[in-house]
Amino acid sequence: MNTTTTHSRDEAAFDPVLGVSLYREMVRIRMIEEEIAARYGEEKMRCPVHLSIGQEAVPAGISAALRKTDQVVSTHRCHAHYLAKGGDLKAMLAEMMGREAGCCAGRGGSMHLFDRDAGMLLSLPIVAASIPVGVGAAMAMKQRGEDNVAVIYLGDASVEEGVFHESANFAAVRKLPAIFVCENNLYSVYTPLRDRQPDRPISELGRAHGLHTVEVDGNDALGVYRAATELVAHARSGAGACFMLADTYRWREHCGPNFDNTLGYRTVAEFEDWKGRDPIESLILRLEGKGALDAAERQAMANEITAEITEAFAFAEAAPFPSIATAADNLYAL
Amino acid sequence: MPSERIITAAQAIREALGEALRDRPETYLMGEGVADPGGIFGTTKGLIEEFGPDRVVEMPVAENGLTGIAIGSALMGQRPIMTHQRVDFALLCLEQLFNTAAKSHYVTGGKHRVPLTVRMIIGRGWGQGPQHSQSLETLFAYIPGLKVVMPSTPYEFKGMMHAAIADDNPVMVLEHRWLHYVNGHVPEGPYLSPLDGPKVVKSGDRATVVASSYMVLEALRAATALEHVGCSIEVIDLRVLRPLDMTPILASIRKTGRLVVCDTGWKQFGIGAEIVANVVEQAFDALKLPPARVGLPDHPTPSSLPLAEVYYPDSTDIVKHIGRLCGLSPDAVDKACTEVLAVRQGVPIDKPDPAFKGPF
Ligand SMILES: Cc1ncc(C[n+]2csc(CCOP(=O)(O)OP(=O)(O)O)c2C)c(N)n1
Repeated sequence: MNTTTTHSRDEAAFDPVLGVSLYREMVRIRMIEEEIAARYGEEKMRCPVHLSIGQEAVPAGISAALRKTDQVVSTHRCHAHYLAKGGDLKAMLAEMMGREAGCCAGRGGSMHLFDRDAGMLLSLPIVAASIPVGVGAAMAMKQRGEDNVAVIYLGDASVEEGVFHESANFAAVRKLPAIFVCENNLYSVYTPLRDRQPDRPISELGRAHGLHTVEVDGNDALGVYRAATELVAHARSGAGACFMLADTYRWREHCGPNFDNTLGYRTVAEFEDWKGRDPIESLILRLEGKGALDAAERQAMANEITAEITEAFAFAEAAPFPSIATAADNLYAL
Repeated sequence: MPSERIITAAQAIREALGEALRDRPETYLMGEGVADPGGIFGTTKGLIEEFGPDRVVEMPVAENGLTGIAIGSALMGQRPIMTHQRVDFALLCLEQLFNTAAKSHYVTGGKHRVPLTVRMIIGRGWGQGPQHSQSLETLFAYIPGLKVVMPSTPYEFKGMMHAAIADDNPVMVLEHRWLHYVNGHVPEGPYLSPLDGPKVVKSGDRATVVASSYMVLEALRAATALEHVGCSIEVIDLRVLRPLDMTPILASIRKTGRLVVCDTGWKQFGIGAEIVANVVEQAFDALKLPPARVGLPDHPTPSSLPLAEVYYPDSTDIVKHIGRLCGLSPDAVDKACTEVLAVRQGVPIDKPDPAFKGPF
């Protein structure tokens, strides 16, 4: 039987230590993404960038429930997933700057964050392309008798692709340790969900495929974490594949460093409403309510993160470009 | 008389689509972004306001299914015009295109028609990397039953778009993204630029360059620089990859005896290989020297700028091949290459070439 679990903000069960670590993860992602946006005009990062500002709670909550040996797969919007999974910030920035030290040796760019050691098997820029690959990772885990899980991040548009359904069906029928995490930010580029899908919860698709399915507030990192913990335990135990629907919102333009509310495809009122549900600000309020993290502590944390970011940018900018003699290397495994 | 009016290729496409929607009630546009504020790099911008959501169909991100849906409607007499912002995304549609669209007319003894136009945009630049900048025209050109065209000037974009829409076959239109920016003389109102094969776009007698799509501009720039060092070459715009008409190419080879082919795809197994094979089969006696191919090296598109710089061939590669084939002095080759590079104004290779503003 598939159950629906709605995770309310249960303040009694709220663990401040966990809250602080989720806060730090989200702020770190936000600060890194904002720095990328601020420096994008310097044209050192010469590739398209898809920022996750506003959507930090999902990767923060999910990764807190995972082990290092669990794998995630991601999409074009992959920075936050990579960072939260313990990815290497220096390797990510170097990749965006086309340097040999990048996690794909500068060959891929921002949409290609492949780092198996960090537990991010890959990210792919073709919508839904990474979904079956994540299911394949889960199948390998099962075949090899490992008790790891595979998390498959997907956008709301990717459930429109046939391959989502093929993959969900297979993961369900084979009870694979796969967890589909759908970040519904309401838009595919400029096209609203209502123009692309009928008016039904996306989570119904998970249920129809026989996946253990939950809906969460995608801007509530603690709620995401609690739901993820339960899904991960379910998948890890061999009970079967899962689906999480997390509603959230992208603040900046689909691709690039700017805001694009002037284009008119979404209203300023809608944007402001979602900004009012900032996953970071709302967690601050709750932490303050518990006396867990005061402004001075937050500032100290921010200083630490700034130092990390400054160092990582300096590293990436100083890192050498690939030698052109290596352009054709690695076409085949030897 | 060429039209006085100068517009970009993106505007020319938009105009063709608007005219087709106005004149033929059975046409409709479909694609991710056709109705959005970007309007497929401006090529469908504003059409939603004029024709509404039944004729300008914003689609879910479901390329494979929607291709079959377009084909089904075409079999019933509609004329769908489907657009993919990258050729790479159209890879999801291959089964429907190759099996259903390409074969329906043949297997029904000519009873079924699939008047489908599929626009696919070839990306280039800004480190978009291995999965957003593939030039996959040969995949489509391999399939009997598909027509495959690659316009190179705004005039051709508009005229060939009209011809593709009017055609009763599935026509794949591959648009190089950087050509959208190019200016050219474009008449107002609908006109057809027939899908009838290659065209000589500059005549000459020392060598023949057969180029497609964006490489036509590189070939013309090479031709101008070579002209300045006293070497007159013929440039042929391939235009229509399938059905392939070798007649103008063979005629040119019989005149020049020297051949360079250049296209936007990988050199191995590319368009150039097909052209060269046909020339060798049909005009071996006319060739003075082995033909040369200019194409992409044998690996995926790297994101990193220095790697992209050595990945994309340009006019200088054409000049060097011509220099060798025509026995030009090293000085002449250097001079022509210098001229070519000067026009580029040092703009990095990952940004559109400022010299290709036109009008073409
Ligand atoms: C197969 C395919 N079709 C189209 C695209 C172009 N594209 C890139 S991202 C995107 C929107 C995806 O929306 P969603 O999955 O909701 O993710 P979001 O960008 O909102 O995070 C589209 C259509 C693509 N990359 N791949």
